[in-house]
Amino acid sequence: MIKVSNLKKRFDQTEVLKNINFEVNDGEVVVIIGPSGSGKSTLLRCLNFLEQPDFGTIQVGEVTVDATRVKRAEINRLRTQTSMVFQHYNLFKNKTALENVTHALIVTQKMDKNEADQIGRDLLNQVGMVQKADSYPVSLSGGQQQRVGIARALAVKPHAILFDEPTSSLDPEWVGEVLRVISGIANKRKTMLIVTHEMGFARQVADKVVFMADGVIVEQGTPEEIFDHPKNERTKQFLQEYTKQFAEDIKVDSHASSEKRDLLST
Amino acid sequence: MNFDIGYMIEIIPELLKYVPITLYLAIVSMIIAIVIGVFLALILVNKIPVLLQIAKVYISFFRGTPALVQLLMIYFGLPQLFPLLNSISAETAAIIAFSINTSAYLAEIFRAGLESVDKGQAEAAISVGMTYPEALRGIILPQAVRNAIPATGNMFIGLIKNSSLAFTIGVTELLAQGKLMATSNLKFFEAYFAVGLIYWVLTMLYSKLQEWYENRLGKAYQR
Ligand SMILES: Nc1ncnc2c1ncn2[C@@H]1O[C@H](COP(=O)(O)OP(=O)(O)O)[C@@H](O)[C@H]1O
Ligand SMILES: [Mg+2]
Repeated sequence: MIKVSNLKKRFDQTEVLKNINFEVNDGEVVVIIGPSGSGKSTLLRCLNFLEQPDFGTIQVGEVTVDATRVKRAEINRLRTQTSMVFQHYNLFKNKTALENVTHALIVTQKMDKNEADQIGRDLLNQVGMVQKADSYPVSLSGGQQQRVGIARALAVKPHAILFDEPTSSLDPEWVGEVLRVISGIANKRKTMLIVTHEMGFARQVADKVVFMADGVIVEQGTPEEIFDHPKNERTKQFLQEYTKQFAEDIKVDSHASSEKRDLLST
Repeated sequence: MNFDIGYMIEIIPELLKYVPITLYLAIVSMIIAIVIGVFLALILVNKIPVLLQIAKVYISFFRGTPALVQLLMIYFGLPQLFPLLNSISAETAAIIAFSINTSAYLAEIFRAGLESVDKGQAEAAISVGMTYPEALRGIILPQAVRNAIPATGNMFIGLIKNSSLAFTIGVTELLAQGKLMATSNLKFFEAYFAVGLIYWVLTMLYSKLQEWYENRLGKAYQR
């Protein structure tokens, strides 16, 4: 499980996370929504110390660290408990799709290359990318790169996977395939924390939805509670803004919207 | 016009004997410059206080002044300041000057190479449990080196040509020998043209080598 207590983080003068508390149980899928700039990415990045929190404790799986007195070795141990899927994929450009998935296994776990390749191919198969195993990232579409990114995150068998807007920089035509892959993993009861603006998808995969604004968790609950019966004014306002924007998207881009509707129905 | 092509061809074998000196100056200077350049680039990228300011002044000065001035300063000037350096040979002075001059350019080239690898890749490596040195070794450095190779190669070509400056302080390298032959026979054009041809062939051969190497590297990232 993941347990975050009293987490605080500031950049220079601005307090980006103001005393965050939340828990994710094993096998649970938690979706974080909220306006941009509200601290969602920073929260995920504090969980693996890509950002160093100023205060608070973070527990992931068996590892607990206290931000105010943390040692390098503890940070490294904490990092082995999660893996991350990034908005911009961040694939290793000097590695093939397969090597992207296996590199960490070979380097950090000293796994035999053949064994790692076997695992890598299985995972690429799972995300529908095994036929591109020997391709380099430059020759892959955004959707394909992101599916490799997901396989890479799965390979290290993390306690939990962190997704930071995994479809936000994809062309609309590739959004569906990536969301389907993530849904597939969610169905296997993998612990996941997902930041996304895809509300239909959020409603479908989430066990719990967390709404963040201005560095605080404003409201959390089941998808029905948050999407259908939001209690807080800010949540209501955000969701309204969002539906308006979505309606405009449909007008502007019928292709993208049909893809989105597909998702709502799958 | 009386261009004595026969004479020109005749002196080429004699001139070729000085190619090793030229290459020696260029290669040794390049190796030292790479070592200093990497060191400076790491200071720049990691913004190490105090060293960063020193590195910036060093780079700015040695890029902003003529190589010839630096050479004369080191060979004639330094022994006046430090009598210990009185016995410094012209070759050594030339190598010091070329190394320092080239390192100032390489520092910026290597810094750009390191920074050309987006931070996201290092973060991804860390997020799947690699340490920063592991990320540096397997992911960042291979790409940084590859990105820096074309510009580094150009520096080496520049160095082959600039090594001719060493003749001004009495090193008998390719150009110095050409000058000797030119003045002894008064066939200036033929002698200097022969010298030029040799530099041209040297730099072309090197360019070909680098082109082949870049192609080999280039293919690796796209299939
Ligand atoms: N490295 C950084 N340095 C300074 N400010 C940052 C940095 N990263 C994020 N911020 C600021 O922190 C706030 C929250 O950012 P972020 O966590 O990216 O929000 P979100 O992911 O919800 O859009 C924003 O105001 C952003 O400008
Ligand atoms: Mg974000």
